[in-house]
Amino acid sequence: MNAPVKLTLKDFSTDQEVRWCPGCGDYAILKTIQKLMPELDTPKENTVFVSGIGCSSRFPYYMETYGFHTIHGRAPAIATGVKLSNPELDVWVVTGDGDGLSIGGNHMLHVLRRNVDLQILLFNNEIYGLTKGQYSPTSQVGTRSPSTPDGSVDLPLRPCTFALGAGARFVARTIDTEAKHMTPVLKRAHAHKGASFVEIYQNCPVYNDGIFDYIKDKKSAADSRLVLAHGEPMLFGVDNQKGLRLNTATLQLEVVTLGEADVTVDDIMVHDETNLVLAQMLAALSTPDFPEAVGVLYCKQEVSYESSVYEQIKTVRAKKGVVDFNEVLRRGHTWTVS
Amino acid sequence: MSVVEKTSEVAAANAAGAAVVVRFAGDSGDGMQLTGSNFTEATALHGNDLATFPDFPAEIRAPAGATFGVSAFQIYFGSDEVTTAGDDLDVLVVMNPAALITNLKDLLPGGLIIADSDAFTDKNLARAGYKSNPLEDGSLDGYRVIVIEITKRVIASVEPFGLSHKFAVRCKNMWTLGLVMWLFDRDRSITVGNLEKKFANKPDIAQANIAALNSGHSYAETAELPSGVEVYQIPRAEVKPGLYRNATGSDALAYGLIAGGRLADIPITFASYPITPASSLLHTLAQHKEFDVVTFQAEDEIAAVCAAIGASFGGTLGVTSSSGPGISLKGEAISLASATELPLVIVNTQRGGPSTGLPTKTEQSDLNQALFGRHADTILPVIASSTPSDCFDVAIEAVRLATQFSTPVLLLSDGYLANASEPWLVPDLTQFEAFPVQFETNPEGFSPANRNPETLSRVWAKPGTPGLEHRIGGIEKDYDTGDISYDADNHQRMTDVRKAKIDGIAKFIPAQTVSQGPSAGHLAIVGWGSTYGPIHQAVKRLRAVGVDVSHIHIRYLMPFPENLGELLRGYEQILVPEMNTGQLVEVLRSKFLIDAKRLNKVSGQPFKIREIVDAIESLLGESA
Ligand SMILES: Cc1ncc(C[n+]2csc(CCOP(=O)(O)OP(=O)(O)O)c2C)c(N)n1
Ligand code: SF4
Ligand SMILES: [Mg+2]
Repeated sequence: MNAPVKLTLKDFSTDQEVRWCPGCGDYAILKTIQKLMPELDTPKENTVFVSGIGCSSRFPYYMETYGFHTIHGRAPAIATGVKLSNPELDVWVVTGDGDGLSIGGNHMLHVLRRNVDLQILLFNNEIYGLTKGQYSPTSQVGTRSPSTPDGSVDLPLRPCTFALGAGARFVARTIDTEAKHMTPVLKRAHAHKGASFVEIYQNCPVYNDGIFDYIKDKKSAADSRLVLAHGEPMLFGVDNQKGLRLNTATLQLEVVTLGEADVTVDDIMVHDETNLVLAQMLAALSTPDFPEAVGVLYCKQEVSYESSVYEQIKTVRAKKGVVDFNEVLRRGHTWTVS
Repeated sequence: MSVVEKTSEVAAANAAGAAVVVRFAGDSGDGMQLTGSNFTEATALHGNDLATFPDFPAEIRAPAGATFGVSAFQIYFGSDEVTTAGDDLDVLVVMNPAALITNLKDLLPGGLIIADSDAFTDKNLARAGYKSNPLEDGSLDGYRVIVIEITKRVIASVEPFGLSHKFAVRCKNMWTLGLVMWLFDRDRSITVGNLEKKFANKPDIAQANIAALNSGHSYAETAELPSGVEVYQIPRAEVKPGLYRNATGSDALAYGLIAGGRLADIPITFASYPITPASSLLHTLAQHKEFDVVTFQAEDEIAAVCAAIGASFGGTLGVTSSSGPGISLKGEAISLASATELPLVIVNTQRGGPSTGLPTKTEQSDLNQALFGRHADTILPVIASSTPSDCFDVAIEAVRLATQFSTPVLLLSDGYLANASEPWLVPDLTQFEAFPVQFETNPEGFSPANRNPETLSRVWAKPGTPGLEHRIGGIEKDYDTGDISYDADNHQRMTDVRKAKIDGIAKFIPAQTVSQGPSAGHLAIVGWGSTYGPIHQAVKRLRAVGVDVSHIHIRYLMPFPENLGELLRGYEQILVPEMNTGQLVEVLRSKFLIDAKRLNKVSGQPFKIREIVDAIESLLGESA
């Protein structure tokens, strides 16, 4: 399109009544993304949001783009088909912890492994919101819910660890209400060619209220979050006086305090987005012993699935030349009956 | 001219055109499928009409000599129109005792057995369950038997090539093929060419196989055969003039999908997950990247159908394929395609079930699943192909219905059709009527809920089109705006319109015809799918001896052609043969309130002509 008119948040909002509960973290995410859209240089008509089923998966109805609200867990597979049908499209997947990691875990694994060029946003509220609050595969052990009245007993999955294990080339984490953090992370995810996986900590005030307070509250935030920046030492805490050091004896990260026991900034590990082993360590960090990493954990540019597919098609077509269907049917052993 | 006397009464009616049924049987490692396919090619070039039936075990390499590992390839060819792979065998070629014991029951009395005596060792005999050697104990006296030490002769014939014992013995199938080719006066040159191509990188193996082929041929020719065996000369068949090639149903279906895409002027995105006997469709299409087809092997059947649906949303035609168990997995997503009214083609190559069942055998027991196997009032068109070459036309029709009526379409094929081959009058695509897809591009008055008033088809607006941004999904939608709606009356209205659209397809498909016999009368045999061949032959034989019987074969199973009910009511009796426990017959009975009778077979094998003839004779006998 030539001389595009500058679009605004309004251009990306639909006339549909938003049906999330008051105070739901999904509102904040929606607003941040509607605001982000005009800043991305993608024509609106080329943008597609695909979702599964869950509170979070209602998302596409509120985006004035193309959208497909599909079935539970299958958004990555549907989005793969959309992208294969037209690689020009800019395809986003919105999913929940149940949708993307329980019923749809297999599709999530394979879409990341294949590296289909999509932005995958997983709204992690550690609960099944839409079905009224059962525990989910990311719920902490001991979560009391209608289906686990005495507390859940099974170990939760860490979405970023899962994504890295599946071979994702872009893995990031951000927080629902923090537009300032989320916006640049989503820009990076969008710029990355291949499957970009972004876990968004999302508060569900109705069924799992406050589970992310430790990382959101002013008082505790500094100590419980590690804000990642590529090439920068991994410092955190009030006044950045704490940091992560690699213990070469145990091959594990440990929390150290600057100035204590001769620790200086030079001892602090520097974040390197292209280091898979580091990314795996970062994904696994959790409070209270460690801060939790937010930002881009891992980013490695590799060729995306659909571009390889079309490259292969191009090569075959170049080799075979223009072919006539009728002629192909007549190849090989044929005979004429007169 | 067949030297074998047919014993069936009605066979006389068929005698005008000579026909022979040959079956090659051996271990799954004996190369019987390769032998059969080479013999088929030579037979087609000879000008006979033919039909084949490869029948192989589920195990890729069962233990040598085991009865459950027997692999067979049957070919029926003759000078008359051939539409089945034949009933009873005239010639049975067996490479070991297991092949003999499992196939002898199908050989006609007086039929010819060719056996490799070298394979009839004590160990192999015991493994097959023989107490004594049937080649020696007189138990085969009712047949004509040619016993040859094939293995020894093969080893001798390939000696100059210095192959190891293992590779030398593997040439057995080509030696045997050479012998059978002499019996039927077939030309070996195509097989020679095939071998040279197949073993292009191993010229000594190619030459050894060719030497074995020639050696088997000259063995037969130099009249070392016992008396009474002469060259079978099957006259050429009277077939429609034109250019022919051999095609399996799976080939024809793949080409039909490509052709459908061209006629609809739309690329195809084919997403599938391997399953026997459906995989060959994926394999064939993956080889045709020169056309507008993108193939995708998904992580499972659910992902495959979902990717196909996503592709249809994206503006190409999504096609997915599987067999019964995989179609079960696709169910929820098919309903999404129905609810969102997106085009989609689902191919079911049916196999014996339930569950893993008989994965390499044929059955048509997924009709109920096709018609009813999804939640709620999901309704979609169901069509079935009846012969290998019909798969081409039916695939085009599936594409037409999906794109013209914005709906998922279920296409039923089966294991027999997929693997069986027949001479195919090569179609000319320029002679087919195109049905180009019209994508919406005009934002003026656009709603994703807009419909074509005639077909009721929902508008197709693909992402990338400026001004047509819209959302669709599985939640019920408002009839006019397409927005989410939980309104009670609206749900009724939407359910009604989805049904009316599919029911209305009856106005856009051909009326039901009668493929043989009068369009009213005593008795109609009503079939669908791959039972076409045996029903056709059975009805033909009986009509030749004056029996008043018709054959009706239904392609459109949902919706039925508009005239079907009236047509069926014109017969005093209806008989429905099916390779299931009676699925179509129940639908016909409930839909048309007619007293249709059933004939059912679920053995993993196609109907024999004789079984249908017998059923008709006994039905007519009862009512006489
Ligand atoms: C096949 C199927 N099974 C179950 C459901 C019910 N269901 C809908 S959403 C959901 C869980 C959603 O949890 P999550 O993905 O975490 O989304 P949230 O609502 O928390 O955003 C379930 C079990 C369904 N819609 N479809
Ligand atoms: S249930 Fe929870 S996640 Fe769902 S809309 Fe309400 S607050 Fe949001
Ligand atoms: Mg959730």
